[in-house]
Amino acid sequence: MSSKIDTSWLRESATFSKPVIREIQRAAREGIYDIRGAGAKRTIPTFDDLLFLGASMSRYPLEGYREKCETTVTLGTRFAKKPITISTPITIAGMSFGALSAQAKEALGRGATEVGTSTTTGDGGMTPEERGHSKLLVYQYLPSRYGMNPDDLRKADAIEVVVGQGAKPGGGGMLLGQKISDRVAEMRNLPKGIDQRSACRHPDWTGPDDLEIKVQELREITDWQVPIYIKVGATRTFFDVQLAVKAGADVVVVDGMQGGTAATQDVFIEHVGIPTLPATRLAVDALKDLGMHREVQLIVSGGIRSGADVAKALAMGADAVSIGTAALIAMGDNAPEHEQEYNDLGTTAGFYDDWQDGRDPSGISTQDPDLGERLDPELAGRRVANYLRCLTLETQTLARAAGKTNVRNLEPQDMVALTIEASAMARIPLAGTDWIPGFSGKF
Amino acid sequence: MREFDLQNAEVRLLNQALHGSDLAGQSIEVVNPGGKHNVAAGAQFETQVDIRGHVGYYCAGMNQNARITVHGNAGPGLAENMMSGSVTVKGNASQYCGATAHGGLLIVEGDAAARCGISMKGVDIVVGGSIGHMSAFMAQSGRLVICGDAGESLGDSIYEARIYLRGEPTSLGTDCIEKPMETEHIEELKDLLNKAGIKHDPAEFKRYGSARKLYNFQVDNVGAY
Ligand SMILES: Cc1cc2nc3c(=O)[nH]c(=O)nc-3n(C[C@H](O)[C@H](O)[C@H](O)COP(=O)(O)O)c2cc1C
Repeated sequence: MSSKIDTSWLRESATFSKPVIREIQRAAREGIYDIRGAGAKRTIPTFDDLLFLGASMSRYPLEGYREKCETTVTLGTRFAKKPITISTPITIAGMSFGALSAQAKEALGRGATEVGTSTTTGDGGMTPEERGHSKLLVYQYLPSRYGMNPDDLRKADAIEVVVGQGAKPGGGGMLLGQKISDRVAEMRNLPKGIDQRSACRHPDWTGPDDLEIKVQELREITDWQVPIYIKVGATRTFFDVQLAVKAGADVVVVDGMQGGTAATQDVFIEHVGIPTLPATRLAVDALKDLGMHREVQLIVSGGIRSGADVAKALAMGADAVSIGTAALIAMGDNAPEHEQEYNDLGTTAGFYDDWQDGRDPSGISTQDPDLGERLDPELAGRRVANYLRCLTLETQTLARAAGKTNVRNLEPQDMVALTIEASAMARIPLAGTDWIPGFSGKF
Repeated sequence: MREFDLQNAEVRLLNQALHGSDLAGQSIEVVNPGGKHNVAAGAQFETQVDIRGHVGYYCAGMNQNARITVHGNAGPGLAENMMSGSVTVKGNASQYCGATAHGGLLIVEGDAAARCGISMKGVDIVVGGSIGHMSAFMAQSGRLVICGDAGESLGDSIYEARIYLRGEPTSLGTDCIEKPMETEHIEELKDLLNKAGIKHDPAEFKRYGSARKLYNFQVDNVGAY
C-alpha cells in the first residue's frame, strides 16, 4: 500500500524502529513471545571482520590447482577405537527429523556423503533414511532423549552429547503441535498434534562431574568404539571447553550465538550467548591451556557461510566447522521460486524464518507430506554437495595464498582484524598496527 | 554360571561380556561391585545378572532383555533409558532411576530419591517405598507405582504416563491431577504389583495423570509455568 503523502523526510527512530514497533504491536495482540527459526539477525563481530594476509615477499604461496592443499581431518583421536576421517573440514550440524522433513534429512545425508563428510541427527532420533544415506552419521544425545535407544547408538559413527546450542544456551526446545505427524509422534512416544517440549537440562546428570560418568557410560555401551563429542552453546566458553575435556570428550563442538535453530524465542536468539568469533578464540585458548589443542578436536559453528569463514575458523585453531542454516539454503530454503507462497505467508524470499510452523514452501522445515514431497532428496543432496565442494575450494584457495599445504596449517598470524572489536575478540592485531586491545603479550 | 569379581576385574570386562551373545541364557554373578559406575550398562541378551552389593551411577543403563538384580543400593540413573528386560533393586535407588526408559520393568524394593521416572517413555516402575521430589517430571508414557508417599511436584508437566500412589503426594506438579480408578486401572495395577512381587491391595491406591491443559501452548496458561 503506497502512501499518499511524501514520507521521504520522515525520520525513523533508531530506538523505536519499524521492526520494534511491529513487535510491540504483535506482543500486545498475542500476549506471548515470538518464536521463530534461524539465528540472530543483529549485527555482531564475525569472521568478516578478519582479513587474510596473502603471501608476498616473506611467504611463499602455493600454485592454485597444482600444488596439493590437504583438507582431510580426523576427529576423535583421543579415546575412540574408530576415529572418523572426513575429507573436508566442514560437517553438517545436528538438525532434527521433526524440525526437518525426512526428505531434507535424506538430502543432507546424501550431500555430506558425496563429499566425504559427516552429518548429524538431532532432537527426535535417527531415521533409517538418514542412516542409510549417511556414510558418517553423528548421533545426538540430547536432554529430551526422544527416540534414544542403544541399537541406534551402536549404529552411529560418533555420539554428540548436546549440552547447549548457540541460538539458545540454557534453553530447551519446542516442536509445535502442527509439526507432529504420526511418524514424529511415534518416534518421540507422544500423542500426535501436541507441542513437544525438549528439556533444557539432561534428566540424569547435573554437572561436569556427573557428565564424566555419563560419557563413560556411553563409551561402555558402545564398547569404546566411536568418538564422543560434547556440544556447547557459546557462553563461558573457556571454562565449558575445559570442563568438556575433563569430562572425557574426544571432540568439543562450540556453537556461537548466531547459530541457527528450528524454533526458539526471538528474545533468546538475539540476547543470549557470545558470537562465534570470540568463542573460537576462547575454545582454542582453553585447549592450549590444557595442552590438548589438536589432541581433542574443536569444531565451531554458528554463521558459517563461505570458504572464508571456514578458513578463518581454522586459522584461529579450529579443526573443522559445522553448518546448519547454510545447508538449508543450499537445499532450496528461501529460494525465489517460492516467492508467491512466501508472500502468502506474509513474507518474502530471503526473509522466511518461520521454520517452527511447518508450512515451509520449500518442503524443508515441514512435516506436511505434500510439502515434503516437493523436495527431491537427490537434487537437494547434490546441491548440498556442490555447496560443500565450493566451500572447500574457497578454503583451499585462501590456504594456498597463505602458502599452506594443509588447510589446518593456517594460523592467527596469517590474519589481521578490520575492527577494534574483532581484534580484541579474536586476539588478532588491528590491520596496519601491532595493536590488540586488552592484550600486552607477544602475538 | 559366570562370576565377575569387580575387585579385580574392570567393569569393562563385564560389560563387554554382556554385549556378546556368548553368555545369553546364562546367569552371571557380580561380586564386590564396590559402588562402581556403569555396572552392567548396555546389556543386550536374556541373562540373569545378580549384583551382590552396592552400585554407583547408571547401573543397567539402556538395558535390553537382561534381568538384573542389585542386592544392595543403587546410585543415580539406575536403568536409565532401559528398553526391555527387568531391573530390581533390593535396597534404595538414588536420583533419576528409570529416567527416559522406554520399556521393561524397574522394581525398587526400598525408596527412590528425586526425579524417579523423569521423562519416562514407556517403562513400568514399581517402588516399594517412597519417592522424592519432581518424580515423573515430563513423564511421557508407561506406569509408575509408588507404595509409599511421593515428594513435591509429583508428575509435573506429565504427558500420558499413569501414576498409582498408595500414600500421599507432598504436592502435585503443574498439570498433574488425580483421576478416577476404574476397573481397568485396578486390573493393571494388580498385574504390576504381582510382577513386582509386592503385596498391597490395589484399592488403597489413587491414580494421577495429566489434565492435558498444557498440551498446546495457550497464553491464558502462562501462570502455570
Ligand atoms: C532447523 C534447525 C534445526 C536444528 N536442530 C538442532 C538439534 O536438534 N540439535 C542441536 O544440537 N542443534 C540443532 N540446531 C543447531 C545446529 O546444530 C547448529 O548448531 C547451527 O545450525 C549452526 O549455526 P548455523 O545455522 O549458522 O550454521 C538446529 C538448527 C537448525 C537451523
